[in-house]
Amino acid sequence: MTRYVVRRFALLPPLLVGVSLLLFVLTHLVPADPAKLIAGEHAGPEQIAAVRHAFGLDRPLPEQYLVFLEKLCRGDLGVSMLTNSPVTADLEQYFPATIELAASAMLLTIVLGIPIGVVSAVRRGGTVDLAAQLLSLSGLSFPIFFFGILLQLVFVRWLGWFPLSGRLGVTAAAPPHVTGLYVVDSLLTGRFGELRSALLHLALPSLTLALSSLAPTVRMTRSTMLESLSQDYMRTAWAKGLASVRVLLHHALRNALIPVITVLGLYTGGLLGGVFLVELIFTWPGVGLYSVNAITALDYPAIMGTSLLLTVVFVLVNLGVDLLYAVVDPRIRY
Amino acid sequence: MLSSTLASATSVRAGPGTSYLRRSFRLLGRIPAAWIGVAIVALLLLAALAGPAVAPQDPYHISAAEKLRPPSPAHWFGTDDLGRDLLSRVLTGARISLAVSAVVLALAMTLGVGLGLIAGYWGGWVDEALMRTTDVFLAFPRLVLAIVIAATLGAGLSNTVFAIALSWWPWYTRLVRGQILSLREMEYVQAAVSLGGGPRRILLRHLLPNVATTVVIQASIDIGFAILATASLSFIGLGAQPPTPEWGALIAQARSYMVDAWWYPTFPGLAIFFAVLGFNLLGNAIRDAFDPKLGAPVSAPGRRA
Repeated sequence: MTRYVVRRFALLPPLLVGVSLLLFVLTHLVPADPAKLIAGEHAGPEQIAAVRHAFGLDRPLPEQYLVFLEKLCRGDLGVSMLTNSPVTADLEQYFPATIELAASAMLLTIVLGIPIGVVSAVRRGGTVDLAAQLLSLSGLSFPIFFFGILLQLVFVRWLGWFPLSGRLGVTAAAPPHVTGLYVVDSLLTGRFGELRSALLHLALPSLTLALSSLAPTVRMTRSTMLESLSQDYMRTAWAKGLASVRVLLHHALRNALIPVITVLGLYTGGLLGGVFLVELIFTWPGVGLYSVNAITALDYPAIMGTSLLLTVVFVLVNLGVDLLYAVVDPRIRY
Repeated sequence: MLSSTLASATSVRAGPGTSYLRRSFRLLGRIPAAWIGVAIVALLLLAALAGPAVAPQDPYHISAAEKLRPPSPAHWFGTDDLGRDLLSRVLTGARISLAVSAVVLALAMTLGVGLGLIAGYWGGWVDEALMRTTDVFLAFPRLVLAIVIAATLGAGLSNTVFAIALSWWPWYTRLVRGQILSLREMEYVQAAVSLGGGPRRILLRHLLPNVATTVVIQASIDIGFAILATASLSFIGLGAQPPTPEWGALIAQARSYMVDAWWYPTFPGLAIFFAVLGFNLLGNAIRDAFDPKLGAPVSAPGRRA
């Protein structure tokens, strides 16, 4: 076990170097000459040459990469052209909002997806099952940005139950900074007015983001539950006269959960890609919105910084999932 | 979606080609969802081919007098902010979405399958280098990588196609490489090698046909997601640019008017939904019918758990 954990961690640095190399290659594929871009439209050849020298763009590529990597290790992602502040500082400011959104979407996926999957497996062919089948089939095919817009139309414009966008109402002030997650912070500091506002603002965006991971989670839980329900140990458990809740949860679900965890890990990637779309629709001030604004402004350092951050998160989540296996499934020994 | 196909990567026991294909097609015909999928995809193809001919209006025709009209007999889907007929625009969008996703898949498959063949056949450092490269690509969340590549190349439909393909090829490389590793050891391949077959002949005549089924199954599942990815990138402003009536771009434009005109985002959105649903239904059915590991022995039509 320890050896496995050590080996798994040892693979991390080379992978991250690879990721940084790919991003570096991409930045140097940019068709527009970055020196021209920085020097401005009306710069003469001498000025462009000066910029090129000042930014080290005239040095050989491998050397430029080493400089890039060295800066990266110091947390220097360059300066955003849009906000004129270091990308690292921008990301620090916007990232908590994205964590709050993605984490609550993941939470929704788990608390809705797994019970629905379990019920539809236990009551196979019943109403819940049919509804769940339909939901998971259409959930996978539904564009999440369209889903978000539909939710806005129905629940904001027509019913008026939820606010349209943003993280807090205009009258509410942000709770004191503890974690940066408004829901957690307002709970910790006991500001329940802000808590209510934060939750209301969070509801629709996190439901939208959860859509794409909810469908496969329901489907996967259902099929692995069906499989473990038909195992011999289940018959034994029933025969022993154990209470049905205990049989279902302890014997069936625990064994069914292992593949579900894999799916959840994989779909974290979907969630992280989805933040671009969802944050744009709900004007949610996270790194996705920051990055979409950067795209229109051709602000490359900001786009690179955001994607590096999201990729590192994805890599770490996958690492966590691999380690979690060992905890959930006592049969796995590395 | 990918994992289940990857898991079956070891088993290609295609017997005599025709009977396997015939059996699989017969199986496919018994899956009701497949027929719904076929119907939707057929409609889409029809719209893509005949769309401009049957469209009631020129999709680019601007009419200031008919701004944001709700659906009516004259404009079934209503009109947009410039008075253009939405039905005509959605119909024209079908051709764009289908063409784009076909090109995305063709590019990703060519690159991915080619490199997978090379990695699996040559092994050694070539394999090692290619697999570590796929590791790096797969470390990115798919859409994030596509967005970064598209953003560096610049907005535009062709750059978007290229960006999505470039973020998808590693899946095919992994799939193919895994199969080649086991196929390489088969007697018929060994026989071909001992008869003096060169690598090109072995790869193209003996190995490629045997991985083709799995690749086609995977592609049929991926095509719906290619439509989704293209629309997503267009929605955030990277793909098709106005006035091109690409579905994602239509929804992006519709956002500012949705309060007054519910139909404006709704019809392009439904178009994407049904297109993706059709391909997903068909793709899943094809996988169930053709996957040699899941397939043949079960004959009951109600086997879809």
